[in-house]
Order: sequence, then C-alpha cells, then structure tokens
Amino acid sequence: MEHIRTPKVEKVRLLDRSSGQRKVSIGTLYLSATHTIFVENNPETRKETWVLHSMVSSVERPPTTPAGSQLILRCKDFRVFQILIPQERDCLDVHASLVRLSRPEKYSELYCLSFNPNANKEERQESWSFIDLMADYKRMGVPNNLWVSTAANSEYRVCDTYPSELFVPRSATPATIVGSSRFRSRGRFPALSYFHQDTLAAVCRCSQPLSGFSGRCQEDEVMLQAVMKSNPGSDFIYVVDTRPKVTHQHTQTHCSTITGSDTDTTCVCVCVQLNAMANRAAGKGYENEDHYTNIKLQFIGIENIHVMRSSQQKIIDVGEMRSPSMTDFLWGLENSGWLKHIKAILDAGVFITRAVADEGVSVLVHCSDGWDRTAQACSVASILLDPFYRTIKGLTVLIERDWVSFGHKFSHRYSHLDGDPKEVSPVIDQFLECVWQLSEQFPCAFEFNERFLIAIHTHVYSCQYGTFLGNCQKERRDMRLRERSHSVWPQLWKDRAEFTNPLYKAELSQSQGILRPNTTPYCFKMWKGLYNHVEKSTPPRQSPADFLSAVREESQQLEEELTNHQEVPPGGTAHHHPGSRQEDRSSDREANHLGEHRGSEEDSPPAV
Amino acid sequence: MEFSEHIKTANVEDVELRQPLHPPSRGTLCITGHHLLFSDREEGSSRQVLLLLRNIDAIEKSVENLLGYTSFFSHAGHSERTSGSSGTITIKCKDLRVLQLDIPGMEQCLNIAHSIETLSCLDNVSEMYPFFYRPTDLNPQSHRGLSAMETYYGQTKELHERWRLSSVNRAYSVCPSYPPAVIVPNSTDDDVLKRVAKFRQGGRFPVLCYYHRKNGMVIMRSSQPLTGANRKRCKEDELLLQAVIDGSDKGYIIDTRSSQQVQQARITGGGFESKSFYDRWKRLHRQMEKGKALQESLIKLVEACSDESHNMDRWLSKLENSKWLSHVQTALSTAGLLAECVERDGHSALVHGSEGTDCSLLISTLAQLIMDPCCRTLEGFLGLLEREWVEAGHPFQQRCAHSAYSHARLQQESPVFLLLLDCVWQLWRQFPLALGFSEALLLRLATEVYASDYGTFLCNSDQERSALGVKENTYCLFRALLRPTERDIYLNPLYEPTELAIWPSVHPQSLQLWKGFFLRWTQQTRHLEEVQEEIRNMVIEWGKLALS
Repeated sequence: MEHIRTPKVEKVRLLDRSSGQRKVSIGTLYLSATHTIFVENNPETRKETWVLHSMVSSVERPPTTPAGSQLILRCKDFRVFQILIPQERDCLDVHASLVRLSRPEKYSELYCLSFNPNANKEERQESWSFIDLMADYKRMGVPNNLWVSTAANSEYRVCDTYPSELFVPRSATPATIVGSSRFRSRGRFPALSYFHQDTLAAVCRCSQPLSGFSGRCQEDEVMLQAVMKSNPGSDFIYVVDTRPKVTHQHTQTHCSTITGSDTDTTCVCVCVQLNAMANRAAGKGYENEDHYTNIKLQFIGIENIHVMRSSQQKIIDVGEMRSPSMTDFLWGLENSGWLKHIKAILDAGVFITRAVADEGVSVLVHCSDGWDRTAQACSVASILLDPFYRTIKGLTVLIERDWVSFGHKFSHRYSHLDGDPKEVSPVIDQFLECVWQLSEQFPCAFEFNERFLIAIHTHVYSCQYGTFLGNCQKERRDMRLRERSHSVWPQLWKDRAEFTNPLYKAELSQSQGILRPNTTPYCFKMWKGLYNHVEKSTPPRQSPADFLSAVREESQQLEEELTNHQEVPPGGTAHHHPGSRQEDRSSDREANHLGEHRGSEEDSPPAV
Repeated sequence: MEFSEHIKTANVEDVELRQPLHPPSRGTLCITGHHLLFSDREEGSSRQVLLLLRNIDAIEKSVENLLGYTSFFSHAGHSERTSGSSGTITIKCKDLRVLQLDIPGMEQCLNIAHSIETLSCLDNVSEMYPFFYRPTDLNPQSHRGLSAMETYYGQTKELHERWRLSSVNRAYSVCPSYPPAVIVPNSTDDDVLKRVAKFRQGGRFPVLCYYHRKNGMVIMRSSQPLTGANRKRCKEDELLLQAVIDGSDKGYIIDTRSSQQVQQARITGGGFESKSFYDRWKRLHRQMEKGKALQESLIKLVEACSDESHNMDRWLSKLENSKWLSHVQTALSTAGLLAECVERDGHSALVHGSEGTDCSLLISTLAQLIMDPCCRTLEGFLGLLEREWVEAGHPFQQRCAHSAYSHARLQQESPVFLLLLDCVWQLWRQFPLALGFSEALLLRLATEVYASDYGTFLCNSDQERSALGVKENTYCLFRALLRPTERDIYLNPLYEPTELAIWPSVHPQSLQLWKGFFLRWTQQTRHLEEVQEEIRNMVIEWGKLALS
C-alpha cells in the first residue's frame, strides 16, 4: 500500500489507556492496509491488539521523551492507546502513515470493500435481504385505506435523499407530493414513519418548510391536511419542530477548542446556531399556524449537531479523567450538558408517543433537513410505541427504516471519509444512548443488552460492513454496495445469544404496550459502558446478567432433559442421570466463578 | 403517662388519603398511642395503612374554612361552626414517604395534627412501641444469651492463643458505651485496661473487632487518646498497642480525621498517637464527615430528589452540592484502605476518630465485608451489625431521632448508619453475587433504624438498654428477620460464596445514587423491584428443575 511508509517497528511499547492497564507491554507494531496490529513480545501470551484504521479518530504526537517518541491513538469507540517508539524517524513514519490511513479520501479505500467475512456471493446477497422494510410496514397494517405506497420517488426523482418506496396519505396526489417537496428543504416531503394500529394515528417525518416569514405553498398545506385526514379519529395534527425556537443570546457563538500538545494545531470552530427562528430569517423556518389549518405547532428544543459534537467531547473528557473526585465528576457531567441533550431527545419521543397513543393524534416531525433530530425523535417514539422495536430483530428494522433508508448522513456524521469536521456529530450515538437509558429504567422490556447497542455503535463507525456507508439509499445504490460489501445485520443476528438480555420478559407488564418512561433528571446517568473503558475492562466484575443467562440456558436444558426423562421407561438408566448432571454442572460453575474472582482480586484498589 | 391525654380525637370518618403509587382513597382515620391507622371504606376493598407514629418526621397542616369570615363571628353552636371547614395534613416520614390526609372539620384536623406531633417524638424510651409489641410467632428473649462479641470469640478459635475475653467492663464502669465483654491481648491485664480507658475519650480503650484468618492480623478500634496540649502519654496505652503488633514489624493507625483536625483536637484535650511514643505505628489520616455535616448532606439530597423541575443542570448541581455521594466515596475508599493494610500489606490496624462511635464503626464494618466472607451471609451480616453497631455503642437514639424532613433543630442527629447501608448497597451492586442478602434487607434496616416494632435499635448503648430491660421486654429485629417466613425475602437469589476479598471501585462513575432508598416511592423503583422479583423467580425455577 502506497500509504504505509514503514510496515513494521520493533521494540514498541503500548499502553492501552482506556482499559485501565497500568503496565506497558513491549512488542512489535505492524501496519497493514486495514489495521494497526501490535503483537506482544511475551512468548507466553503473544497478545495481539488490532485497531481498525477507520476506527481511529485522531493520532497525536506529543513531544519526544528520552525513552522515545510518542503517539496517542484515539478511537471512535473511545479507546485510547499510547505508543512509544524508540526511533523518532520510525515514529514520524508511523504517524504520517496512520494519519493518511485513518482518513480515507475515497469510498474505495474503505474497509468494507475489501472485507470478506467468509461468505460467498449467495450469502452476501442474502445478507442484504435480511431486513424487509415492507414486511414491517405490513406488520403495522400498512398499506391500508388510510396510507398507501407511492411511486412518486421511484428513481429518486422527487427527493434524492429519500428511499424510493414510501408511504403517504391516501388522499395525497402525486402533484401534491411534488408541490410539497418543492416547498420543503432538500425536497423531503411528509412521509410515514410509523403507523399506530390501536389509534390509527401516525408518526410522519419531513424537513422544514421553505417558508421564511411569509411564504406559503398550497400543495404543502394540502399535504398536511391529507396527513390529518388519514387519521379519522382526530381533527388536527401536531407539527413537532424538534429545534429550539429561539436561541439564547449567549449561546449564539460556540467555540470548541481542542488543545493537544504544542505540535498539535489548536482548532477553533465557530458555529452559529441555526435555530428555528434563525432559519426563518434565512427563508426557511416552520409552519405558520395562520396558513395551515388544524395544526398545532410544538417546539421541543433539541440542540443542533455542533452543540452535540462539543458536548460529546466534554463527556469523553469526563470519562477520561484519571481519578476524579465526586465533585469533579459531577461538575464535568453537568458542564458537558450531555444528559440534558439525551433528556431532550427522550422528551421528544415521549411527546410524540403521548400524542399518538393517548390522544390519538397524528404527528409530523421535522427539524431543519429532517435527517438528524427528526430521525432521533421518530425512532425513539417507535421504541416507546411498539414492543417489536425492543427486540433484537425489531431494533435492526427500526434503524434500517428511520436511519439508513430515510437518509441519514452516516458518512459525514461519523467521518467515514476525510471531510468537513463541522459535519461530524454523534447523532446516532444519542439515539442508542436513549435506548440504553430506557433499558436501565425498564430492565425486563428489552430483548437485547448493552453489548448489542455498543456493537451497533462500533459498526456505525467501523465501515467494516456496507450497511452504514454513504448518506442515502441512492448513494448506496450508485456505489453498488450490495455487490461489493456485506450487510452487518445477519452478522449481529448470528451472535444474538451474546446480545440477549436474560431478564427480557415480553409478558411482564413493564414490557408490554406503550413504554412510559420517567424523564425526571434523576433517571439519567452517564453511560459508563460506552464512555469509560477503564471501568469496563477492569477484570469483569460479577455480572448478574451473565449468571442469569447461564441459569436460563441451563433451565432450558434441564427442562428438555426432564421431558426426555419422562419418556424413558421406568427402571431405565435415566434415574442416575439428573444427579450426575448436577455434579458436572456445579463443578463447571465453580470453574467459571474462580475465573471471575481471580479477576476481582487483581482489581485496582481504591486510591491510597 | 397516659397516651390518651394526647388524643383528643381518636377517630375521624370520611378522610381522604393520598399516598405515592396508590390512587386516593376514602375511609376512617384512627390515632392510637403509637399508630396512625387508616382503613379504606370503599366497597370491596379492605385496604389498611398502619403507620408507626415514630416513623413520622414532620407534619404540615393547613386548614381552610369554607364558610369564610361569617363563621368566625357567628355565635352559633360548635358543630355548626366547623361543619364547613376542613384541613389537610401532610405527613413526611422518616422512610421518605409523603402522605396527605384531607380531614373534614378544622378542629378534628388540628386535634389529629397535635396528637401526631406529640406522640411521634416521645422521649421516654420505655413508652415506645417496642415495649408494647407482642408478635405471636416469636419467642421473647427471656434469658440473656451470649453477646455477639462472646459469640465471635467463641467462633474464632484461632484468636484464643494470643487474645482473651475480658470482663473488665462487666458493670459498664470502665467504659459506659462498651459491652460487658471485649477482646483484648492476652498479655494485657484488666488493671492496664482500666488505666488505658482513662487515657481514651469516653473510656473507649482499643479492643479487637476483627481477626483476619488468612494472616492472623487484626482490626482494633477505640476513641482518640487524650494527649491534650501537653502531649501527655500513657505507658499502658503504648504497651497495649505494642502487644497488638507483637511479633510484627508495624501497625497502621487509621485516623478518620485530617492531620490538621487532630492537631486542633489537642486544644480540647484530645489528640493522636505521636510517632515518638508509638514508633512502630504508622498513622494515616482520612478526613470523614460526620455529625451535623452528614445530616445536612442527607437533607440536601432528599430535597434534591423531590425536585420535579425537569432541569438537568439543577439536578446535577444539587446532587453535587449535597455531597452525599462524596461521603459514600470517602467511606468506601477509607474502608478499602483499611482492608488493604490488613489483607494486602499484612499488618494489623487500629481505627479511630474522636469518639470512636461513628466513622470508626462505619469503616471497620465495611472493611470486614470487603475481606471476610463470613459476614457476607444474611446471618453473618446481621451478626456484624449487632457486634459493630448495637453492642459497640453507636448512639442510635441520638443519631436517628430525626431524618431528612424534620423541622426540629438538629441536635445529635447524623445518618451514619444510613451511610453504612448505602455503602453496603454499592458493594452489593458492584458484586451482585458475593453478598448473601438482598437490597430488601438494606431497605428494611433503613426503615427500622428510625422507627421500629423491635427493641434492637433503641437507646444509645448496651448499658442504657440493660438499665431499661430492653432485652427482656422487647423483641429482637435480627431474630425476626431470620424467621422462616421472612428470611426468603432477605436472601440474595444470586448468592455464590467467595473466599476472596471484594474490592469496591470508588471511581465516581462506579458509585450511584441509591434509588431504591432515595427514590423508593416512585414508579421507577417499582420497575426495579419487579426485576428483583423476576431474578428470584428464575433462580427458584432453576433450582426446582435441578432438583427434579
């Protein structure tokens, strides 16, 4: 590979800072086309550490020390590696190579296009049909006499960031759709996200109207009327604008400063908040209630991508604090504003859910372009409204629908390619965190566990599979990704045993029907599993979930055995069976637990 | 004293009760000497709420007269005057529950409020409910059995070679807050102990509270030495401590005050073990808050938890400002330090602050849970509490007179025991398989310590309890919890004993607000309880299958 200046460096010291490791390991560093690989010298362990280039978010080069030159690798999954290289020249070479390799300029450089997860062509094609969105619409009861499929966007003629297959109100004519799309930012006209069969109310999504202060569009007004008419039980709709209505003066300018060492450039980016009001001045904005009959406008106040980006940086810093006092930690948490933002998104979901499920009123959700905050709000609402989306399969379907298919700028937001840093923002991180916060509140309501959410998070960034590449369906089609890469979902599905929450009980009252979370601030906490690897990888603390998984599995086995046992004729050998089984099992479990405890003994003690 | 003189209105009909997690209900309210009883009168339901008046921390009353001014000036009959009036009493309990009672009739409302105010804070211990409580399924403690310390000595055979059980305090004359039997080095005779006691605040001379079987090291606890401004010394005290580390090169003294605080303590007659006279003891200072600061911390936290403003910044800053989690962090890390001295460093340790009745007990208890698998079972833990809190002379009556809602002026209140329970909960959360008891036990203890049917937490010391005949005339909570009918609720279904130490992480991210207690009366906690139920069922189911 032309970008690799030096493929191998020996006598390198590596410290995995994020795992709370205190001992440096010595070994050899290899650079491949796709990974940085570190192999420990210790002949007994020969431990290997692999870091995918696309997971590297930054490579810092702090000043050289007498022991050698340093590199700090920060990853998109919040791991941090410190590398010490004896020769400065090697270090410069590795640095330059990594900087280039971690910022691919073209899609063709991405890992997924060279990654072959041991599957043949048929399996690859099959992997893409793992999720059938149309089947999910059918599950919701769509199409029906209220919502129909439209061919308006076939070949992406009306809106190039939308999928080709969409559902719209039955009464919306192609002319209405086209007219409405002209009046909407990026042509993203109102389309169906979720249909709630119990109340016949719907969640729809779109982008902001190009109304300015006085503009109006008859087709768009008709379109919103059509959305309303598709819900026979109500005589108005809510239009949820997920943006703050006005910005406070002091937050007009946001500076985010990333300071590193002296070699690092200090980058200051200034972003002007585009709130609903400011958009209005720019000829965009929100629906004028005088022009649209029977709408109720509701602002939610989720901040924009720039605020979220700098907020996440702050919470990463909180996670990296070495031994903070409780005060430092809580101040850091408050100062980051992160939980406040998570709460705002969840509140948006709760509002939509109440409208749809309790009031039976349809909701039209938008933000500016309708692909960040809108995706968050709609998908959180679906999780709350429908237990199906709380299953492993359901969550994948939901992400495929509201994020992948409806067009979300994965490539820009998660910097798959070297590009504008101002386009980067942890939008889907926040959605996944909302789901995690919910699962903490309702531990029996979700079929999947935290590991599943973290695995999705990793794959959104890793570019190992083609699922999250590009910014919309059209781009993915133009790149012929289905022929050139694999879908991530069947892979995750294959590992579902690892991602299953043993406490999941669909029939429990907290799991059924509508989820009604409490969004009082005390219900939110920092997502330790995602942000703090120090805690995560200290020798596994005892996990009740793992224990229960084992219990559940064993119960099933025993139950099966019991049925078999009963089938054995009396006097058969089966009498001894359960007893001996039991012994085996108990010794098994002991072994497991010894491992765990050995871990806990090595655990870092409280600071002396 | 007759309780009836405080009860002007014993019964009120048609009262509306509002309480968390339940729909409002209408029924009869009844006040007795020790209880508030509400019986639902709705058709088909026979719900009752029985509340110990002792559990009530504060009440607020508001009365309104629907007839307005006219009734004030009317000279009509008594009943007519109050017929249109009503009142609301808000009852705030020490277990953090808040109830509201709408009572028809202003006068009745005021009478009820007055009765609650008086009867909820009776000072006389022998008038308290435990002296009247007679459960049918428990035998009274007719005879005095072995004390917890004696039992511990009996069980720990390894101790006998170098340690003895001393009854120097049998008449509580050497140390009023110690139990009659204490464990001291063999080589130290009772006369020496008497002299050491004079040199320690409140007579609390160093006694053994834990023997670490793995290496024979011990944890001692005491109060501060009374060195004073003149740096007084006490030969016997030095000899006693020397005897503790006999055969080892050094010992650690963990002082729960900062080094600055101990210097200041000398001015008021207190002090510390100076290096020159205790040359083989190494002092470590860890400042721990107690007393008023801790009580205020609890008050602030409870206030923060009841803020429904939905403002994240405000919540986080109130949580920080309460400092409660900082206290949890300090307690666990100091206990970790103590356990490290004994288990990792292999040396004996002495713990004290000033009085030696609060933080010393807190960290010696936590250190034992960290190191000793024996006290992680349900029985073991209750035994530990009996030994290290009840018998060791934690002044429960003073510390738990009021909780977070009280408007009364703070005196000696301090939630040290609650802090202990919170720390144990953090351990339980970090090591869900290592402790044999459940969160339900911790919650039950957190309630009982403030208001109880049982005599266990009455009084401030063994001496006081013996003077009032608490053991003879009341029932023991710990024994009640171990009854077959109750036991199961308090066992941890996931319990898997481990011989190893359980080192807690004290990183702020690893410590959490104890929602089960502080947000106990919210819907959210109900979900979490459902989970515990679910876990219990799964394990029971599995147990059944494994046996069949």
